[in-house]
Amino acid sequence: MTAPRITVNGAEAPISPAAPHTTVLDFLRERGLTGTKEGCAEGECGACAVLVARPGTNEPTDWVAVNACLLPAAALDGQEVVTSEGLATAGPAGAPGALHPVQEEMAVRGGSQCGYCTPGFVCSMAAEYYRPDRCAHTDTEPAEDGTGTGTGTEDGPRHGADPEHGPNGFDLHALSGNLCRCTGYRPIRDAAFAVGAPTADDPLAQRRAQSPPAPVATEYVRDGRAFLRRSTLGETLRLLRERPDAVVVAGSTDWGVEVNIRSRRADCVVAVDRLPELRELRFGPGAVEIGAALTLTEIERRLDGRVPLLAELFPQFASRLIRNGATLGGNLGTGSPIGDSPPVLLALEASVVLADADGERQVPLAEYFTGYRQSVRRPGELIRAVRVPLPLSPVVAFHKIAKRRFDDISSVAVAFALDVEDGIVRKARIGLGGVAATPLRALATEEALEGRPWTAETAGAAARVLRAEGTPMNDQRASAAYRSAMLGQSLLKLYAQTTEAVTS
Amino acid sequence: MSQLSQRPEKPVVGVSMPHESAAGHVTGTALYTDDLVHRTKDVLHAYPVQVMKAHGRISRLDTGPALAVPGVVHVLTGADVPGVNDAGMKHDEPLFPDTVMFHGHAVAWVLGETLEAARLGAAAVEVDLDELPSLIALGDAIAAGSFHGARPMMVTGDVDAGFADSAHVFSGEFQFSDQEHFYLETHAALALVDESGQLFIQSSTQHPSETQEIVAHVLGLHSHEVTVQCLRMGGGFGGKEMQPHGFAAVAALGARLTGRPVRVRLNRTQDLTMSGKRHGFHAQWRIGFDAEGRIQALDATLTADGGWSLDLSEPVVARALCHIDNTYWIPHARVAGRIAKTNKVSNTAFRGFGGPQGMLVIEDIMGRCAPLLGLDPMELRERNFYRPGQGRTTPYGQVVTHPERISTVWQQVCADGRVADRRREIAAFNAAHPNTKRGLAVTGIKFGISFNLTAFNQGGALVLVYKDGSVLINHGGTEMGQGLHTKMLQVAATTLGIGLHKVRLAPTRTDKVPNTSATAASAGADLNGAAVKNACEQIRERLLRVAGGRLGANASDVRIVEGVARALGSDEELAWDDLVRTAYLQRVQLSASGFYRTEGLHWDAKAFQGSPFKYFSYGAAAAEVEVDGFTGAYRVRRVDIVHDVGDSLSPMIDVGQVEGGFVQGAGWLTLEDMRWDTGDGPGRGRLLTQAASTYKLPSFSEMPQEFHVRLLENATEEGAVYGSKAVGEPPLMLAFSVREALRQAAAAFGPAGVSVELASPATPEAVYWAVEASRTAAATSPDGHPGEPSTAGAGTRAEAEALSGA
Repeated sequence: MTAPRITVNGAEAPISPAAPHTTVLDFLRERGLTGTKEGCAEGECGACAVLVARPGTNEPTDWVAVNACLLPAAALDGQEVVTSEGLATAGPAGAPGALHPVQEEMAVRGGSQCGYCTPGFVCSMAAEYYRPDRCAHTDTEPAEDGTGTGTGTEDGPRHGADPEHGPNGFDLHALSGNLCRCTGYRPIRDAAFAVGAPTADDPLAQRRAQSPPAPVATEYVRDGRAFLRRSTLGETLRLLRERPDAVVVAGSTDWGVEVNIRSRRADCVVAVDRLPELRELRFGPGAVEIGAALTLTEIERRLDGRVPLLAELFPQFASRLIRNGATLGGNLGTGSPIGDSPPVLLALEASVVLADADGERQVPLAEYFTGYRQSVRRPGELIRAVRVPLPLSPVVAFHKIAKRRFDDISSVAVAFALDVEDGIVRKARIGLGGVAATPLRALATEEALEGRPWTAETAGAAARVLRAEGTPMNDQRASAAYRSAMLGQSLLKLYAQTTEAVTS
Repeated sequence: MSQLSQRPEKPVVGVSMPHESAAGHVTGTALYTDDLVHRTKDVLHAYPVQVMKAHGRISRLDTGPALAVPGVVHVLTGADVPGVNDAGMKHDEPLFPDTVMFHGHAVAWVLGETLEAARLGAAAVEVDLDELPSLIALGDAIAAGSFHGARPMMVTGDVDAGFADSAHVFSGEFQFSDQEHFYLETHAALALVDESGQLFIQSSTQHPSETQEIVAHVLGLHSHEVTVQCLRMGGGFGGKEMQPHGFAAVAALGARLTGRPVRVRLNRTQDLTMSGKRHGFHAQWRIGFDAEGRIQALDATLTADGGWSLDLSEPVVARALCHIDNTYWIPHARVAGRIAKTNKVSNTAFRGFGGPQGMLVIEDIMGRCAPLLGLDPMELRERNFYRPGQGRTTPYGQVVTHPERISTVWQQVCADGRVADRRREIAAFNAAHPNTKRGLAVTGIKFGISFNLTAFNQGGALVLVYKDGSVLINHGGTEMGQGLHTKMLQVAATTLGIGLHKVRLAPTRTDKVPNTSATAASAGADLNGAAVKNACEQIRERLLRVAGGRLGANASDVRIVEGVARALGSDEELAWDDLVRTAYLQRVQLSASGFYRTEGLHWDAKAFQGSPFKYFSYGAAAAEVEVDGFTGAYRVRRVDIVHDVGDSLSPMIDVGQVEGGFVQGAGWLTLEDMRWDTGDGPGRGRLLTQAASTYKLPSFSEMPQEFHVRLLENATEEGAVYGSKAVGEPPLMLAFSVREALRQAAAAFGPAGVSVELASPATPEAVYWAVEASRTAAATSPDGHPGEPSTAGAGTRAEAEALSGA
């Protein structure tokens, strides 16, 4: 085993002497790469975004943007990272002082004011710039000249078919995890919608055709604290049996917050995000099995809409930066009552496949949660996969109630999966988040719907039942009264949506 | 045209260009204060000891356990202060307090070899407290009569007579939320001691001179022993006008005691829990209109939540009073201002500085009263504009200059935004959609430019021309993203008649330009631009004499344009570099310090009368929103803005300020929901929204789907540098249009003529309750119950009653 190291902007950098909990952000800044900034230290602002080379969906390698503030440096042992400083010289020009095409667009269009969030925006934008299938969606020539000297939007790039996609195929959701307090975003959008396609001699574009960095086993121990990564599931399960105190991380999007905000330190952190057994996705025949360590972005791209309720969930789940690290295993493993995947997976009647050194068991998600951040998962047990039974119910919706449309935490989340046949609700599954100590199924509401005609009267009556489900609280996100009201309203809205869809 | 406003041939001002540091921003090579730590040897890290109680006297502070933590070097306490233990200018803000005044108050600072060591040390410090009763909610402080500072009263006309003449009188109450600056770069300072014992402090500060002054008084030094530099800030918005001083003083004190560089950098939680915000306000008001809807009289009391110390609360309240008229002529007014003292962080400057709060009160009144008067809100607003022929004197006695621009920008934005057509389209849409409603509102702004305190209206600069023809400029203003440095480069190049590539700008330092004012009040470009221009003019005059000698012409007939000097009517050329070298050889001084004082200002704070502002900025915005009746969630569909920046110094920069200010204002009014624990539990006084995950700023999803900004044309301002106007703050208040559009969309769920009240911020939940209230007004049978518009800080009380004929 070689000494843990990361390839940063093309040069190898030893992780030592960083502590095992040291974040990629602090690691980079200690090395003088201060373009990567700390804005919030909890993956909300994106000022720390960097690019990481990861196994790709359509090419061998994707450039993926992640929050450097959440990931321990040791988690990137053997991996390749590019920062805003690296992008400046990695572009096609390659000359010192040259700007990468996304940097050029951001600079000339007024995309930076104070400049503090800018390197993070640049990295998120570069990841989308290099997304292999982006330009497939291009419906016009990439962009006009980049002088960007007008007053406002009049001479800015034209928009694509919808406000969130540019004519160059750029998906604005790529920037949903980046906050800017100065610009109001318009010039950043213009820059994003103006970037063209990477040129053939662009080294980062070329890198996509090569294999991604291979997973390496990591044994990084300092001052009695360890960051460990094993090569196989078997080895990992044996390690977890020996170290039941270990914190298991995949994207570290939850644990990173604990480390930074609540100053938690673990004696032993075990990484599972590159275990091949946790990274499989199988569709059918009787179920969709989703590896627990696939990132949400990977699931989103590999499923490509085949599970419509999940497809509704993904754009509303945190931000692209978080989805590039977060996993279903993590979202279920933390057991948060306001995680956004449990309501959806409950409505889909999903099960959790739990593995330990002795074997596997399958637990319906409805029986998985036992209390606030508590579950039936035993020490030493790992979530290997999530299984969604087929066929899927056809009428689905995910209603997330939050203050902000991009990257917010639910005050209430409601997921519906209904079978409506000949105007009768044959089956109803409803998952709720944010209304109790655990995610839960709205069983009384399901009963109020099943076997009844799908009419305004049924929906209204069931909405009154749904309104009374759970035990919503008052907190800074919403009042209990609003939460209860939103439960009822969500069913009325679903009814309106289904009937409007029929009439249109 | 005044000399100050006149532009020469081929000016560099007025050219649209990106931020001067744009390349550094996008590559990450632009440095901020805390980036310097990694380039400095042997730095000690400071970490605050925060006490998590709202109020209490410290009975014991034991630093011993901290010193036992490996890597802890020292714990700074009040005993270490050689000078004055005060982080402010009013001696009410002890740097090391013996009484905890708010939840999270720092009482000591631990210095460690690593940040981790300092953090563990801070956790080990033992503090015992004799707890005292606390006031958290603004309403509780008002009820308890807990106030501090000045109690200004602005009076004009005869208010009682005004009400007697009114056909309609309404009254109400309105309480609205505070706002966190959330500059992306948190507070930071790095202090070093040089070989002569002098302190050099890198600080993320909007007010280096005051940082210097406070560091000096804490350390018992003179100002000439302390130098403060600000490279740039990752956002300021007013949050770094007063608040950085104490953090810089902690770093300086640590450096002085240990001889090593000391770094203070707040993490986001510390920044949110320790630094002041925009003041939340409570307003109690009574307003009288004549039969045509013209305001006759206004009687109001505005109470700002000042927090635990005064900080800038007094001038903030003064500016709130000076802006309660906004664009409306109010012949008879009596407006009182108060500052509540609460056990919360000390609220401070924030873009607009009380102006937004004052204006929000009157815009809320207009939005609530229009249906009761049977008038369209646009009509009600227009009828009350200051305009030639109607009154043009503000309640504080200043004559409104260019009042016609209020109507001009309004009409232009209505035309640009096809407002009349779209209102018809919206009415049709609303009639066809029971569960979704749209609203379109137009609001205008008038914002006074200059510091209310006359003495602050001065600026300085130092311009150096080197033998090779290159130019280095220094000025007293700081760069926080607003593009001040870009504008200053353009001003210098314009005045000297050379290309931008010849001019470089050095970071702001107190040993280059002394006694500067804060970069605040939107006045950075006005004050420093005029000072830079003044310095450049001195050098130019000297160079013209040299050129006249070389070209055989009188100096007054020589022009320097695009780096070449020519005499009028002559083809003979003298290149800038040659001119400069010639001047050097002739022993002509090639440097100058420039100065500017804004003329024509006077202000009597006691009488609350005078002409405190050099001029007013104007703008109007039309915003369209769509509200989901099921949830109260909404989107901003389209925004059109016409804004007056005079003749723009730098159009791309100015448009950026308008757009960014607007979105930040929309954040304050719709999304940013600051919550404090007002309960009696152990967390009393705690900021509940102390992270980016709970305090939500506007993101891409809040950007208007269509966003058109136009700068008013032919808008020369005689009283400011090169005919420009200030731009930093005013556009924030254009966001009232979003709030009023939401009110109208909510109203569309119910019958016409009903006054809709909307909490601020108008979060989806607040909008939902407004929609529910409208629907309830519509319902013939009172079936469903509207929920309580509950919870802290954000409620509006429904009390606008018609007392017609009173």
